[in-house]
This record gives sequence, structure tokens and C-alpha cells, in this order.
Amino acid sequence: MDFGFRISPSSAINLDNVDLTLFERLHEMEPDVYKCMACGSCSATCPASVYSGMSIRKVILCLQRGREKEAFRMMKNCMLCGKCTMVCPRGINTRHLILSISKLYSETK
Amino acid sequence: MKENIVIIGGGIAGLEAAGQLLKLGYSPIIIERTERLGGHVASWHRLFPDMSPAKELVDGLVAAASGANIFLNTEISFVNRLKDSYNIMLSNGISIITRIMLVTTGFSVFDASKKEEYGYGVYDQVITNRDLEHWFNGNADPRIDNSAMNAVGFVHCVGSRDEKARNSQCSKVCCITAVKQAIEIRQKFPEASVYCFYMDLRMFGKKYEDFYINAQRDYGIRFIRGRVSEVSENIEGKVVIKAEDTLSGKPVKVTLDLLVLMAGMVCSQASSRVAGMIPLPTDSDGFLKSKDNVYGVVESPKEGIFYAGACTGPKTVPEALAEARAAALDVHLFINGLK
Ligand SMILES: Cc1cc2nc3c(=O)[nH]c(=O)nc-3n(C[C@H](O)[C@H](O)[C@H](O)COP(=O)(O)OP(=O)(O)OC[C@H]3O[C@@H](n4cnc5c(N)ncnc54)[C@H](O)[C@@H]3O)c2cc1C
Ligand code: SF4
Ligand code: SF4
Ligand code: SF4
Repeated sequence: MDFGFRISPSSAINLDNVDLTLFERLHEMEPDVYKCMACGSCSATCPASVYSGMSIRKVILCLQRGREKEAFRMMKNCMLCGKCTMVCPRGINTRHLILSISKLYSETK
Repeated sequence: MKENIVIIGGGIAGLEAAGQLLKLGYSPIIIERTERLGGHVASWHRLFPDMSPAKELVDGLVAAASGANIFLNTEISFVNRLKDSYNIMLSNGISIITRIMLVTTGFSVFDASKKEEYGYGVYDQVITNRDLEHWFNGNADPRIDNSAMNAVGFVHCVGSRDEKARNSQCSKVCCITAVKQAIEIRQKFPEASVYCFYMDLRMFGKKYEDFYINAQRDYGIRFIRGRVSEVSENIEGKVVIKAEDTLSGKPVKVTLDLLVLMAGMVCSQASSRVAGMIPLPTDSDGFLKSKDNVYGVVESPKEGIFYAGACTGPKTVPEALAEARAAALDVHLFINGLK
């Protein structure tokens, strides 16, 4: 029977089911990845952000919440210009981090 | 004439003020309602931000104040106003005439069972920051000892910044205490996942931000921005918590072996009782009211009555100690002015 509406799948994040093995390996390679305090400076300065939604802040968050696909979709738009690294107040080498994420996650896919 | 100086409360603020007054040549009287000196800090294990042992600090303060006239297990029964002084009647039957009182009655830890949605006192896996500190101090706690400790969560702002809990204030010390305790849990249980659920992180003090970065970078503590809305128990006896991950705008859920509630600092009933006898006014935040919140924090609106420490609001240890020294100096200057 069709009531004319349907329930969309839950968007809830269940941390019990998120596998952080890869993220922990990333943390070993890039100890600073955990230092992000979600200030948003990187996204605000990113030339790719307005057109593509690229945000290294969101990438870091997505990887910790088991939403890798979303992270990769954003990362495709990065031009590796390094502006985000210049503004990060926590001194995270975000450009290098993006390269490490690409390397680590593509290796293991 | 020898002036009596009555210090009400033998916590760190009262002890430090007594120590300073002894050095200045006075013989202060300390009235402490419990059977031991040191107040809350005597129950803490290590102090942020340098993890210094609380016991060493308290032992040093007690030694420096040992020349004072100390009454333990003693409370004030009533206070009579005389012409230019007060007559204080103690519960042990002794009465003291004085013109100078220093109120160092401190705070109370918010009663976490009032936040029913967090299940303190209902679920075995839910404890408070105070319980955890006692456990670090070597006191057995079956709730912790029987826990698998694979996943541990900390809830910030329990009974603080919460109008429903009738305390809209920030308790100031609990963010940094959560960082400290989360690090200590990871040190003891390196395999445990540790989560901190916060609304804002208030890292205002010296080296606090470094301590926070340390928790993130070196201990991998996972900070999730969002207030825990409810806690429930599953059939395995673990607790399941729900919050919003406000940074991604999505609901988040996690199963934990232990949940630590960061209960805030509120004005203690024992403080209010003494304040009512003198009487001293209460400020809009529920703590005792200073003469001025900028330049007269250690003075009460009443001549000869001073404050130090957490009776006027949430304070850290160094702040309470600094106020105690300031109050001791104010007492000294006040006595000089009487001559
Ligand atoms: C979980 C937790 C951890 C903390 N950890 C730290 C830390 O690591 N570092 C840090 O800087 N700060 C820390 N703090 C803050 C610290 O506990 C306070 O700064 C400190 O206790 C304030 O000292 P006080 O003497 O003003 O008050 P209290 O410690 O509350 O002492 C007051 C004393 O007065 C007595 N008293 C009260 N009323 C009466 C009365 N009517 N008659 C007689 N006696 C009375 C009480 O019994 C008590 O002995 C922490 C706080 C909490 C809640
Ligand atoms: S390096 Fe990539 S993410 Fe950083 S500012 Fe440039 S385009 Fe944006
Ligand atoms: S600028 Fe740095 S700290 Fe701020 S959100 Fe971006 S990566 Fe995180
Ligand atoms: S110090 Fe932190 S945890 Fe405590 S009330 Fe303030 S914001 Fe909340």
C-alpha cells in the first residue's frame, strides 16, 4: 500500500559501528590530525570551497564518523594550493594531510 | 586589644589565609564543620594543568596553618550582632566575640541525580567527576572496577549552563577537569576509546589550551560538540547515549562502559546558612555577594567581614589561594585601621 510518503534512511551516526582502524593509522602518520578544533578557517579561505563544497574541516570530521565516501567526494576538488595550511591556527599541515589521506585510503581500498 | 579573627571553613582558602595571618603575627581561629581540613581538594588526586599531587598541596597548607586555633566537627549555631562586634556561638558550646570574620565556606558539587535523563544513581555505569577523582585516589568503586573500560564518555556542563537545573552559570573548572580525567583514563586504559561531549570548551587558564591539544594529539581523545540528551541502559548492562554531532548536523549514538558526568560547582547550603546568620547577601548566581565584583571580590558588603575562595563563585585552586592572600592582607589593614 502506498500512503504517498516514505521514511528516509536514518542519517544517525552510530559510533559503535564506525571502524577507525584507518583513521588511527592516519593519526600515526599525521599526529596533528586530531588537533583540529573545527574553527573553519581552512574552508573559509579555500578557493575550491565556494564552488565545490570542499572543506578540510569536514573531511577530517567525516573520516572520524565513518563517512569516507563523502570525504573523498570533497577531496576530489582540492587543487593542493596550500592556502588552508597557511591559515590553520592549530598549525596542521592540511595540504600534507590531504596527500596522506589520499595515499593511505587509496592504498587500502 | 587582641583581635579575634574567625575563619569559617578549613578548605584551601581558609588554610592559606590562616597561614598568612600567622606569619603576620595574628592567631586566627578556624572553624571547620567536617572532621578534616583541606575541603574538596583533600579528595582530589592530581591537579590540572601540571598533574601535581593534591595531597602535597593540602599537607603543606595544613602544616603552615597548624599554629591556628582549629575547631574540627564544629559549626556555627548562631551569630548575635553586638554594638560594634559579633558574638558567635559554636556547636561545641564555645562563644567568640569578634569584629573580623573571613568566610571561606567554599562550594558544593552539583547533585547529578537531579539531571534524571543522565541516570546517575539509576545506572551502575554512570559516575561523576568527584567519584572518578576518589577512585584515582585509591578508593575502590565497583562501578569502575567492574567496567570493561573499552569505551568511556565524559559529559560536560552537568548542572551548569542549564536553566532547568537552576544554574545558568559556567562552573569554569569542569572543561579542564574533563581533559585531565580523560587523559588519566587513557593512561590507565590505553586501549579505551574516550569521548568528551561538550558545548564549548573553556580553556581559559595558564597552559589549559596546551593540555587540551595534548589530549587531542597525544591521547586521541575524541571531542564531540553536542550536549548529551539522554542515557539508557542496554541488555548487556552498558549505557547508550544520544547526542547531536552539531558539527556535522547529525544525530550520534554510542555505547559506553562508563559515563562520567562533569558535575558543576554550586553554592553550598552550609555557606548559605552562615550567610543567613550574619546576614550576608547572595548574588544573582546563587553564590555569596561581594562588595564589588571587580575591585572588591574579597570584601563583603559588611565592614570587617571578608571572603576568599569558591564561596563567591567557581574558582580554581590558584585563584582561591590568591584570594586567600588578598583577604589576609585586607584583614591586616582593617585591624591597623581600628587602632
Ligand atoms: C571534580 C573537581 C576537580 C577539581 N580539580 C581541580 C584541579 O585539578 N585544579 C584546580 O585548580 N582546581 C580544581 N577544582 C576546583 C577546586 O576544588 C576549588 O578551587 C577549591 O576546592 C576551592 O577551595 P575553597 O577552600 O574555596 O572551598 P572548599 O574546597 O569547598 O572548602 C570549603 C571548606 O569549608 C567548610 N565549610 C563549609 N561551610 C562551613 C560552615 N558553615 N562552617 C564551617 N565550615 C564550613 C567545608 O567543609 C570545607 O572544608 C576542582 C573542582 C572539582 C569539582
Ligand atoms: S589546498 Fe585544497 S583544501 Fe586547501 S585551500 Fe587549497 S584547494 Fe582548498
Ligand atoms: S583551520 Fe585547522 S583547526 Fe581550523 S578547521 Fe581547518 S584544519 Fe581544523
Ligand atoms: S567549564 Fe566547561 S563543562 Fe564546566 S560549565 Fe563551563 S563550559 Fe560547561
